[in-house]
Amino acid sequence: MNSTAAFRKVSPFDALQRWLPKLVLAPSMFIVLVGFYGYILWTFVLSFTRSTFLPNYTWAGLAQYQRLFENDRWWVASKNLLVFGGLFIGITLVIGVTLAVLLDQRIRREGFIRTIYLYPMALSMIVTGTAWKWLLNPGMGLDKLLRDWGWEGFRLDWLIDPDRVVYCLVIAAVWQASGFIMAMFLAGLRGVDQSIIRAAQIDGASLPRIYWKVVLPSLRPVFFSAVMILAHIAIKSFDLVAAMTAGGPGYSSDLPAMFMYSFTFSRGQMGMGSASAILMLGAILAIIVPYLYSELRAKRND
Amino acid sequence: MTSLVGKRSLSLSRIAIYALLMFAVLLYLVPLVVMLLTSFKTPEDISTGNLLSWPSVITGIGWVKAWATVDGYFWNSIKITVPAVLASTAIGALNGYVLSMWRFRGSQLFFGLLLFGCFLPFQTVLLPASFTLGKMGLASTTTGLVIVHIVYGLAFTTLFFRNYYVSIPDALVKAARLDGAGFFTIFRRIILPMSTPIIMVCLIWQFTQIWNDFLFGVVFSSGDSQPITVALNNLVNTSTGVKEYNVDMAAAMIAGLPTLLVYVVAGKYFVRGLTAGAVKG
Repeated sequence: MNSTAAFRKVSPFDALQRWLPKLVLAPSMFIVLVGFYGYILWTFVLSFTRSTFLPNYTWAGLAQYQRLFENDRWWVASKNLLVFGGLFIGITLVIGVTLAVLLDQRIRREGFIRTIYLYPMALSMIVTGTAWKWLLNPGMGLDKLLRDWGWEGFRLDWLIDPDRVVYCLVIAAVWQASGFIMAMFLAGLRGVDQSIIRAAQIDGASLPRIYWKVVLPSLRPVFFSAVMILAHIAIKSFDLVAAMTAGGPGYSSDLPAMFMYSFTFSRGQMGMGSASAILMLGAILAIIVPYLYSELRAKRND
Repeated sequence: MTSLVGKRSLSLSRIAIYALLMFAVLLYLVPLVVMLLTSFKTPEDISTGNLLSWPSVITGIGWVKAWATVDGYFWNSIKITVPAVLASTAIGALNGYVLSMWRFRGSQLFFGLLLFGCFLPFQTVLLPASFTLGKMGLASTTTGLVIVHIVYGLAFTTLFFRNYYVSIPDALVKAARLDGAGFFTIFRRIILPMSTPIIMVCLIWQFTQIWNDFLFGVVFSSGDSQPITVALNNLVNTSTGVKEYNVDMAAAMIAGLPTLLVYVVAGKYFVRGLTAGAVKG
């Protein structure tokens, strides 16, 4: 059958049909190769040059990376990322999982409650940052509210405290992302085989115990995805810092994304900015590659 | 079975669960309530009252002032968002169609390369992209931002459609091909009519992403071409003059309303997009 088809003369229509899919995909392939990989390579090259306000392709070896590592502000930004990322991921997970488990108890008006938990995710980080900057305003925000409500000794001035300002970023980011993590886990919980829970109940296990010992461990893939997504959000966090603190006081709340922006575009340190961007890419890869690897392996084992 | 469990745990633990859930509802709502209350207060009211005190006079002056400051930028955001959302969704649909039903040698590799784009930290492409826009004469224009959003939105839009189309049975397309239907005919007559849900998901995802974008906006635009997020940030973080918190909050509400509205109207698709984009990505 096939051989006769092959002998038939190929009409122009058929030939066109064979090329159409490639033609349709070609612009996107070009865009991805140039705009994604080509540009990464370009930035990589820039990080080895002496570029300052303008690109300058004089080879500088590892000098920009060396300058970066000798820069106190970069270390502050990196350390902040660890603190911010760690707290943000940890707290968001705990809140997200807790709310999901609570919501999974056949709650009336569940849809309404879910909608409320998730709405911050629809907002821009700039809006979130603006709102929380006001809420955390020392003297006028929650600081004053709780004193007005009778908690005389209450002080909340983290926003202007270089040692605690990072926690402000954590609070706002958790508020924005925890509903999303809740939704992910709720979807996961809905997929759990109910017969396992029933069997455990018949064995006399209490509901919290069943969740802790049986249900949550079975959601391990959701945990992985959630951690990866949150880590990814943390590394890319830029808008929130810009809106809430602009990196201040001083540069005490800087994050790498903010560092990259201000050195590249405000301070005319293109080479060093590129180096910091490449290190951010490295951080993302360090998270993504193991994740994709385990995903692919899991698929192969299916 | 359900009723059995229900009866056993009805009581204190049930009440505790509802109490916790409601407490969380209040916590999530506080920032929105505070924004709204503050935006309708007078500056005097703001300095004498507190975050949750009811305005002694309800005034729209904050909103009027905020709109006067940001209205041009609001339209910029619309000028950027609408074409970028439509174009990136259309291209994503075609890409997804090819990648799921017209695979060829190398198309899978391309899909893999594209997937990485979902994770790409944009910091690694900002400089080359700004050089390119400069060369094209599109630096600091809304057109330039439209192009940037289309290019870097492709990864997600393609992913959405590809994953959706992969689950459509091959037989459908094969039968149409045997009948002599071509590439675009099959797409228009068979695939598109089945695509409404994923088109909604994609449109809403892209709308939220592009409307809320700040990084591209702040890097690739200046002055008159800035989107609303950048304008809001400039307004809130200027150190000159007396801080008018009612104006700040009204401006934040204006910047947030379009995406909030979409979320309220089409929340189902929004959530689906989040989970599809996130989990599969």
